[in-house]
Amino acid sequence: MLKTISIYLSENPTLRYWIVRPEWVAVILLIISIISSIQLSPFFADLAFIMDSATPYVEYGLIAIILTLIIISGEIDLSIASMIALTAVIFGTAYNAGLGMPISMLIALFSGTLCGLFNGILVTQLQIPSIILTIGTLTLYRGIAQSLASDFSLGGYPSWFIGIDYRYIGIVPIPVIIFTVFAIVVGFFLSSTIYGKQLYLIGTNPQTAKYSGIKVNRIKLLLFTLSGLVCGIAGVLTTSRLAVARFNMATGAELEIVLMVMLGGTYIFGGRGNIFGTFVAFWIVVILRAGLNVARIKIESQLTILGAMLIIAIILTNYIYSKSQK
Amino acid sequence: MTLFDKFLRIRELGIFSIIVVFVIVAAIIDPRFMTLDSWRAVFLAIPLILVMAMGQMMVIICRHVDISIGSILAFSAIVIGLLYIQFPGLSLWLSLIITAFVGLVMGLINGFIVTRFNVHSIIVTLGTLSLYRGLVFIVSGGRQIDRNDIPEHVVSFSQTSFLFSIPGILIFSAIIVVITHLVMRHSVLGREIYATGSNPVAAHLKGINVTKVTLFCFGICGMLAGVAGLFYASRFGYVNPGVTGVGIEFIVIAGVIIGGTSITGGSGSVLGTFLGILLLGIINVALPVLNIPGEFQKAIYGLIIVVALALDQLIIYRMKKLSGGINA
Repeated sequence: MLKTISIYLSENPTLRYWIVRPEWVAVILLIISIISSIQLSPFFADLAFIMDSATPYVEYGLIAIILTLIIISGEIDLSIASMIALTAVIFGTAYNAGLGMPISMLIALFSGTLCGLFNGILVTQLQIPSIILTIGTLTLYRGIAQSLASDFSLGGYPSWFIGIDYRYIGIVPIPVIIFTVFAIVVGFFLSSTIYGKQLYLIGTNPQTAKYSGIKVNRIKLLLFTLSGLVCGIAGVLTTSRLAVARFNMATGAELEIVLMVMLGGTYIFGGRGNIFGTFVAFWIVVILRAGLNVARIKIESQLTILGAMLIIAIILTNYIYSKSQK
Repeated sequence: MTLFDKFLRIRELGIFSIIVVFVIVAAIIDPRFMTLDSWRAVFLAIPLILVMAMGQMMVIICRHVDISIGSILAFSAIVIGLLYIQFPGLSLWLSLIITAFVGLVMGLINGFIVTRFNVHSIIVTLGTLSLYRGLVFIVSGGRQIDRNDIPEHVVSFSQTSFLFSIPGILIFSAIIVVITHLVMRHSVLGREIYATGSNPVAAHLKGINVTKVTLFCFGICGMLAGVAGLFYASRFGYVNPGVTGVGIEFIVIAGVIIGGTSITGGSGSVLGTFLGILLLGIINVALPVLNIPGEFQKAIYGLIIVVALALDQLIIYRMKKLSGGINA
């Protein structure tokens, strides 16, 4: 039967284009994880519980969406987790220096933007491969955060600022709403505007894109800067959720963020992928993490499963694209 | 060709002069830096990183990066620690073979995924970084290997030896460095690694088995990280699943890159890597002497990586211009 399906698909390229897509893997995985979680514990049938478990990952989800754009355009940013920590620490330092909440927030966002801009300039002007450069800035930003905050927790925020994850509209926590709106906006931008299409072209073939009159470097610079800005937002959100800022917060978050993007079927070499996949993959990670917690598997041991999933996701995505390309 | 160009061409000379300047400045600011104790600290700090850097250098010359070595180190250290609890009399040589084997297997897994599925090594090893770290917690049950679990003859390996009581790990890492140098410079395999890194496609056409060479590099990198696990257990006397080897990969990569190994593959030397690691070791020891808080260390290492990457790119740019090749 599989053979007849594959023959049928190879005769209908349009149908094949729609069916042989890695996003469907993400959707199937999501359904599997929901069903198996409900088997594990009836709490998973409760939408409010899933919404609540999603809030800690919203910061990662926001960045995953921007990272999807960056990976589609053929680059990668691994310094994201360090930028969350750095902006959070800068925010805490500024607030504790008596600068007031609005100015501290602005400073945090600005410093995030600056970090992203720094990545972007080095990648576009000096042509350093982004994957290795952001390994360097990962260490640098985390180190600056550590130099600023030392081993202290920067706290003492006003009560209206703390606990954004406990504010709801209906049963939906506010961070989840922010994430969803952001995903829809960026998804629309990527799929339906000319700039979105340009990203795909840059990722597919930067040389052609350049000769087609697309300002490749400027767009990449913009993307890296945007990534920094969103990390700044995520840093402030995380501080609000935890009520403190520390230099070692979001340690290892790059794994989960890259996992969200990869599970969502974005092609690691650029040029393919979409926001829908990342959005679905976000919920897979949320349910997986919640499920593993309910199953009382240690946080550290969960790393094994997440790491294995990242590798499997990449291999599977590559395999599917190699099939649909034929 | 100006003198500056010539200077840039000898990469080891650059890093060597930075070390000399740094040491002189540090010694002027605080003469305590030139005491024997400081230098003993430097040479006790580097063997662990140096051994890992030899493997990482091979991988980077081969156009890949392995960021899972910290977790490999932790895993082999935990395995050998648990074995010591069961068999306190385990000899040093046997533990060396065991840790090397554990590391080799993990490195080969990395190499297999990278070569078989043709995915960028940083993403793969980002996955295995967490995977192996999770395994460390599963195998150890989250329990630390304590000081009194590690037998005396293993601890003394990092303190003294038969030869002028120079610490054993120092001698052993020196042997590994020399062997790596001989392999990279004077063996067919070493030259094949350079060829693969400079141009994998051409290397393949030349009849070099690129897959085998890449697998070899990842295997050796893992193996040396495994051996470093034994060094860690011996040097620090404890193995903590959550602390051991976390972030050490970035120190190793920093050392290799400032040692003049190009991240675009195909160039780099054992001498340069040694000098790079030496500089990091000196900085590590000089910070407290110069009254710079330890919190700044990570930021300084990060800055060094970024500056070294930028310099490396500038050198490539100049080389291309000098050779009249691609006008970038």
